[in-house]
Amino acid sequence: MYKYDQYDQAMVDTRVAEFRDQVNRRLEGHITEDQFKPLRLQNGLYLQLHAYMLRVAVPYGTLSSAQMHMLADIADKYDRGYGHFTTRQNIQYNWIRLEDAPDILADLATVEMHAIQTSGNCIRNISSDQYAGAAADEVIDPRPYAELLRQWSSFHPEFLALPRKFKIAVIASDTDRAAMKLHDIGIRMVRNDAGEIGTQFYVGGGMGRTPMIAPLIRDFVPLDQFVTYSEACLRVYNRHGRRDNKYKARIKILVHELGAEEYKRQVEEEFAHLQGQGIEPPLAELERIKACFQDPAFEAGAPDEVDASDPDFVLWTDRNCHPHKQPGYISATISLKPVGGIPGDASADQMRLMADLAKEYSFDECRVTHAQNIVLPHVRKADLYTLWRKLDEAGLGTPNLDRIGDIIACPGLDYCSLANARSIPVAQKISERFAAQEKQDALGELKLKISGCINACGHHHAGHIGILGVDRKGVENYQLLLGGCEGEDTSLGKITGPGFDEDGIVDAVEKAADVYLREKQEGERFLDTYRRIGIDPFKEALYG
Amino acid sequence: MVERTLRFRDDEPVSDPAVTVDSFADQSNASAVRLEPGDDARALIPYLDRIGLVEVNFPAFTDGRGYSAARILREAGYAGELRAVGDVLVDQLSAMRRCGFDSFAPDHPFSSDDAQAALARWPEFYQAAADDRTPIWAKRHA
Repeated sequence: MYKYDQYDQAMVDTRVAEFRDQVNRRLEGHITEDQFKPLRLQNGLYLQLHAYMLRVAVPYGTLSSAQMHMLADIADKYDRGYGHFTTRQNIQYNWIRLEDAPDILADLATVEMHAIQTSGNCIRNISSDQYAGAAADEVIDPRPYAELLRQWSSFHPEFLALPRKFKIAVIASDTDRAAMKLHDIGIRMVRNDAGEIGTQFYVGGGMGRTPMIAPLIRDFVPLDQFVTYSEACLRVYNRHGRRDNKYKARIKILVHELGAEEYKRQVEEEFAHLQGQGIEPPLAELERIKACFQDPAFEAGAPDEVDASDPDFVLWTDRNCHPHKQPGYISATISLKPVGGIPGDASADQMRLMADLAKEYSFDECRVTHAQNIVLPHVRKADLYTLWRKLDEAGLGTPNLDRIGDIIACPGLDYCSLANARSIPVAQKISERFAAQEKQDALGELKLKISGCINACGHHHAGHIGILGVDRKGVENYQLLLGGCEGEDTSLGKITGPGFDEDGIVDAVEKAADVYLREKQEGERFLDTYRRIGIDPFKEALYG
Repeated sequence: MVERTLRFRDDEPVSDPAVTVDSFADQSNASAVRLEPGDDARALIPYLDRIGLVEVNFPAFTDGRGYSAARILREAGYAGELRAVGDVLVDQLSAMRRCGFDSFAPDHPFSSDDAQAALARWPEFYQAAADDRTPIWAKRHA
């Protein structure tokens, strides 16, 4: 894991002092709420329906055991004993007092954490593959590159008042587990024909009310130029992104309106200019960062077999574990989606348990996934059964990764001031409707994603089944979308037709699932069947 | 004591009124120009020799185009005064200095205490920018 040096520590400590001063000036009335708003937002502090919400950054989703313990302590000390893991690998607390926010940031700084730029119109937390550094299929661990970008983007003086928020994801395998092409910039680490590592830039993707899949802008940027290339991408956006309409201000609209070719031309021109400006850190800095991400001390020759005598354990292993690059090891996902639960929520006690298990079984490391689960990346297969027993006893052994119960949902109208409809109760009802194991088994991989408004924090465009909550004449109404996918074969879901009420949408999901079960051919996932037969048979079942 | 313009230069301020970018090209004696957010700072590059003051207007503090304009001018070698005017807040002072601004005429003047505190706040910076501060990565590999 990355370790702060004196400079990194000074940066977060300074931010705590700065924010404390800003909060004091606000509480004393020296600055207006309008002036304070962008300041607090760049520290992840939103004013929600009932209280302030604080979003804490988890850079590229990686947490140490000590950091997870601190998140639990903050939940107990300043919130109501729980936190909510988000689709950008962060954590949010929903019941924060403004006066406490500086103290929370100070506590976070003691474990090398912060809330810098977790909201506001700036470059947000850099996200990545939850199996980074562990996955059997990756070209290289993408996190050092994400860390270099984290430092570059933190307090970048030119990019603190962008037209709109800006999200970057960095991955390093053909399989996309981070929805890379649905980011403002998606970077994929690749190896070229000469065997050199470099970066592919996809620019202008996003969800929200106008979902777009990012086009490829450059297929190979050498490692000693990719910060400069990022800066060129951002400068073109900062200068020319639309500022007349908040809903057209994301970079996807700029790239779409200019066309990918013209945007690329402008970026290349800016890039050629910026290469003479000395803004690229030396490769030695990348090497320094990479040294923090060396493999843990894996045991050579660790047994590669898993004890298969307990069927419940076998089920969980099949569902929730992912192949590791090191023989004898595996990555295990802890589902935060128990039947009837709130997707992504964890209590302080659960966080402490996960922290302790990470320390004991995963080289002191865990990960937050964009699907709002937690991963223990480096588990010895010989320890897997013991680990599962401990998880299962604590109610954290739900075997539903990428199944219909593994729902992504935004906080919705229960918390969020932007929402039009509640998301959580819908997620709970669907999860209960499909609770039976046989049902989930029959449906196989089925990613269901719920947003409580058009801003799409619940990624409904990218769900095999997506649900969008809208307000129809003061009543919550839910639209159904089919066919979205956030993976390497990214696609956007299509709305089936008129929306449903809260119970109606649960029935509609079941009807869509039944169409799949009726029509599926050997080896097909829900998404494959949908792509083969199209939307009409589903429409007929829903509205016919 | 609150001063309307906060200035980090020793030379004599340009007293000419700043003209718009459009009219600047036609007025060969003008030495001060005012950039609006939609103006292309690069349009001034052919004339940098005769410019003593560029005012960059921030109609709203949330519009960050002026930060890029400032850096572009400094990157092109502009050494004259670069003044941020309009809705400029004290919490932006540090970033604006880094982008090359060396004077400030905010609509609502900030107290000199607040300005000094804002400028003294940050001991280090991660990036290279238009000022002469050494980025952290350079210190790490000095």
